[in-house]
Amino acid sequence: MDRTQLLLTLSITLFALGLIGVMVRRNALVMLMCMELMLNGVILSLVTFAAHSATLSGAVLVFLVFVVAAAEIAIAIPIVLLLSRQRHTLDVSAYSELKG
Amino acid sequence: MSLETLLLYFFAAAALAGGVLMLIARHPMRVALALISSMISLAGIYAILGVHVIAVFQVLIYVGAVMVFMVYVIMLLDVRDPAFLERYGRAVVPSVAVAAVLSVALGAAVSRGRIMSADYLAGLHSNSMAASFEVQPFSVEFLERYWLHFELTSVLLLAAVVAAIAVVKAGRRHDG
Repeated sequence: MDRTQLLLTLSITLFALGLIGVMVRRNALVMLMCMELMLNGVILSLVTFAAHSATLSGAVLVFLVFVVAAAEIAIAIPIVLLLSRQRHTLDVSAYSELKG
Repeated sequence: MSLETLLLYFFAAAALAGGVLMLIARHPMRVALALISSMISLAGIYAILGVHVIAVFQVLIYVGAVMVFMVYVIMLLDVRDPAFLERYGRAVVPSVAVAAVLSVALGAAVSRGRIMSADYLAGLHSNSMAASFEVQPFSVEFLERYWLHFELTSVLLLAAVVAAIAVVKAGRRHDG
């Protein structure tokens, strides 16, 4: 298998594993970490394409995505902490009053 | 098979194993450690690809900042929480089916599609500067062509800090 193809397959698999984690796990923090895994899979494909086409702008874009991911975590974790302080649990099934 | 290819396979397998362990592990701390190992293997893959700047950023930003933050939060929380003991919710089978269908569809697209050769791609963008991903060309390109984006990320980070403080303040008001 070609190297680019191998890495793209790995990126798809990581994305799918993270997707399963987000849908299946109950713990809100674990769901957040599985989302990070999904993002890592997508970044892997971005880096693969950037390295394959030898463009520096791809690397710059990856750097900007890293910054956005850091900002996302900085917002998401306080929200999770507040939720757990309110309900005394991280189980997402305790937050089901938004269900229609 | 060259050493580089061997290492590539090794790191790919390690990243996959980390991802699978994240689904199996019960305690969030173990999930976090599996995610960290997966991220470090991805950094190894980036280094093999020659994108050293990104490999360093992956370790510094993801493992060094984001995951350390996550580990601290896990240590702050109560271990007797029922969410720490029961791993899975109800929709296990449909969600695995959805992910399987998605990955099979994407994988079929990847295996069917032809990947354009690097020479052809280099012909596409005229300003081909034989991009090497070392620190110096990266920094020059970054701060000469993309300085505005760099400054905008600082604005984004400032907004994130203000939003985090606002979220915590709103929570305090609710409590008391």
